[in-house]
Amino acid sequence: MNSPDPNAELPMDSDVEELGAGEGSSPGSSAGALSPGALSPGVAPPAPAGSRPAHLRPAYLALVALGGAIGTGLREAISLATPALGGFPIAIFGINVVGAFVLGALLEALALRGPDEGRRRRIRLFVGTGVLGGFTTYSALATDTALLLGDGSAAPAALYAGLTVVLGAIATWGGIALGMRWGRERQRGVAS
Amino acid sequence: MTPLVFVALAAAGGVGAATRFFVDGAVKARIRWPYPVGTTIINVSGSLLLGFVTGVALGHLVGVEWQLVLGTGFLGGYTTFSTASFETVRLLQTGRPWAALANGVGMLVASVAAATLGLWLASLL
Repeated sequence: MNSPDPNAELPMDSDVEELGAGEGSSPGSSAGALSPGALSPGVAPPAPAGSRPAHLRPAYLALVALGGAIGTGLREAISLATPALGGFPIAIFGINVVGAFVLGALLEALALRGPDEGRRRRIRLFVGTGVLGGFTTYSALATDTALLLGDGSAAPAALYAGLTVVLGAIATWGGIALGMRWGRERQRGVAS
Repeated sequence: MTPLVFVALAAAGGVGAATRFFVDGAVKARIRWPYPVGTTIINVSGSLLLGFVTGVALGHLVGVEWQLVLGTGFLGGYTTFSTASFETVRLLQTGRPWAALANGVGMLVASVAAATLGLWLASLL
């Protein structure tokens, strides 16, 4: 249960990280796992990039928030325009399956095009973590299922939740296959 | 729904997504399991809170706009299905069917149980 590393908290201290990076004197700011550990035994090396972890960078947080607002607005607009089908939350069902498909395609295509850095990382955070993360939702799936169960509608509840997870996985798989083609086409394009 | 509530709902979704990004990163920095425990924590905790918010709104203890902004907006943006599904498929593709099953079915059962608990807690108010 516990983290094996007693100092795993360290990268969370944003001020320390920022100071180290800002002064440019910290050996951790340039190299990877080699030198910093030797200087301060037992200290976990920072993220591979050597700078602050992504989840502590204001620019990345803002990018995810902007994408999340767009995705959430889109989800609500679709929900408002789609009437529930006999108590079956069909809008959230469709949103989750479509979002899973698109995320599979996006992440696979990005991974094939190169390492997770620079523009690729910004696209992943804005579109993947932000827009698609905000567009799809798990809490509504769980709460709607719990409400159906509470009404004594066990079969519709199981059907709704089970279909979402199974079709979501199939959609993700299909998206990954599509993303593989995109990524490879791009690689061929670069090569020729 | 008024335009103001819609804008607040979308903005709350943005805050929720950023919170998810932060929590997932913080969990990954502490717990280095080859299992996506961050998404599980996020989705189960978000489901508990949405169950509670929904229960409070069903009991007419708060206005429906609070349910829309905090529930549909913030908690909808905080929790995510697409990443959970992607991680399940990745576990399958890397030859870890039991971890995939835990991530797919286990997270679902835990989240529905958490939402039920949230609804029940709200009914006590």
